[in-house]
Amino acid sequence: MVNSEKYHQAFIDALQIDEGSLQKELEYNSITEWDSIGHMALMAALEDTFDIMMDMDDIIDFSSYEKGLEIVRKYGIEL
Amino acid sequence: MFFDDLGEFSRDTALLSASSKSISYQALTDSADRIGDALTERCLVFLVCRNCVDCLAGYLGLLRARCVPVLINENIDPVFFIRLLDTYRPNFVYLPSDTTQLAFESTETVSVGAYVLAKTEYTADYALHDDLALLLATSGSTGSPKLVRQSYLNISSNAESIAHYLEISGADRPITTMPMSYSYGLSIINSHLLKGASIVVSDATLMERRFWDEIKLNRVTTLGGVPYLYEMLKRLQFSRMELPSLEYLTQAGGKLDIALFAAFVDMCEEKDLRFVVMYGQTEATARMSYLPWKHARSKLGSIGLAIPGGRFWLEDEKRNKIVAHDKIGELIYEGENVTMGYAESCYDLSLGDENRGILRTGDLAKRDTDGFYYITGRLNRFLKVYGNRVNLDEIEQLIRGEGHDCACVGTDDNVVIFLTEPERTGTVERIVAKRTGINRSAFSSVYIDEIPRTESGKIRYASLRDEGSSGRHG
Repeated sequence: MVNSEKYHQAFIDALQIDEGSLQKELEYNSITEWDSIGHMALMAALEDTFDIMMDMDDIIDFSSYEKGLEIVRKYGIEL
Repeated sequence: MFFDDLGEFSRDTALLSASSKSISYQALTDSADRIGDALTERCLVFLVCRNCVDCLAGYLGLLRARCVPVLINENIDPVFFIRLLDTYRPNFVYLPSDTTQLAFESTETVSVGAYVLAKTEYTADYALHDDLALLLATSGSTGSPKLVRQSYLNISSNAESIAHYLEISGADRPITTMPMSYSYGLSIINSHLLKGASIVVSDATLMERRFWDEIKLNRVTTLGGVPYLYEMLKRLQFSRMELPSLEYLTQAGGKLDIALFAAFVDMCEEKDLRFVVMYGQTEATARMSYLPWKHARSKLGSIGLAIPGGRFWLEDEKRNKIVAHDKIGELIYEGENVTMGYAESCYDLSLGDENRGILRTGDLAKRDTDGFYYITGRLNRFLKVYGNRVNLDEIEQLIRGEGHDCACVGTDDNVVIFLTEPERTGTVERIVAKRTGINRSAFSSVYIDEIPRTESGKIRYASLRDEGSSGRHG
């Protein structure tokens, strides 16, 4: 799986949502699954997937699917 | 009553909202009374809660006008909302004007900032007891129409007691971290309004930058939360955060994992913060006990001592008082904050005080030689799931209502659903999550050939718990 697919899969697994309901426009709190509890699971999934440790600033700035791409790239992951 | 006297506080700031706009106590009471003036007589009003200034003004306006609010979370399932409306037949609903999900028939509406006061089509064919101040849900997320009846004495006495043991002053600045429809969240608001403090009203979660911006900008002195908030704080590396205005943290709404408890005792000591663990139930208005922060380390895992004005004791199965220490029994509480009782419909709102100041908590506890109490278990089928009180029987009813046989067991933050239809495992969680508004990660399902039952047809939960501990946990 390439990194962009892994990133996508982390959302599906952590938020427990269907492939079909995962839009690239997805934002924090726009669906019930992505609340603060889902967010914790998502951060853990991304850290496991890419073997990174995210800072507080990055966790609280991770406000959308798109914004997250930028953040994960900062950790040297090519997306 | 504290909500009548708010105008006496000269402080410039009663509330600070998201935009850091500040509202003085005078302005708050003015807008509260505009809502009160729209209501000509004492009546029942559904207050659909969002952490915002207009909601707080509405809450205070209703109390000041001696109308009785039913505090309801704005994220309530629309089907549960309708059921609750039909069960309680309120004269008005006060709700955010941008709410589209909650539909009901209304004859006329008055706009109040971002809220509207809508008159319903119900005629009040029931009476409200003179002492009744407000109503809160016990486990609102499962759609139970059971509400707790809180009196004026209950809310003022509990607010006074909390303000006393937390030493709340007008200089405090708490930030909201929970819905105000939740007794713990409401108790923070009430106890600070009592002292004329400045409340930072926010609907942001800890996972959003704006929450932390508000803390810094408004120099927040205290925040409180359920166990899950502490998991989040740890995840965000609270130990490394620079929050110079913060003075103390409170925790309630479920038992904190002992390792997390110890970690926060350490972190707070390091940061020169007080860490106050508390215990309570909506049936006791909010708080029943607190662990004085100086004892947090020596009494790790304890719920502490009864709050000022309250008293604890333990009783065995035969309801005899337990005198010996370190012996487990049901925790009983006595105090002015023990609520009047439950209501199952509007026709129960004329009832007086049924508890007479004594509450059987349903929690099992023990007391150490110094008189500190420790919760050890529960007598009933209630769990805390991310701070929500969840009755496992009500979760079962919800799933059976969808046409599936099931049985539920679990521990806090982890509900295990046993199903006899293999194709439903993995999908039933979504239904439960949607209806309760609780994140799906709290629920997992396990397939079982047959729900084990006794000869009389009762589910044998003990054997399911054994099964569950070897099965899948989500």
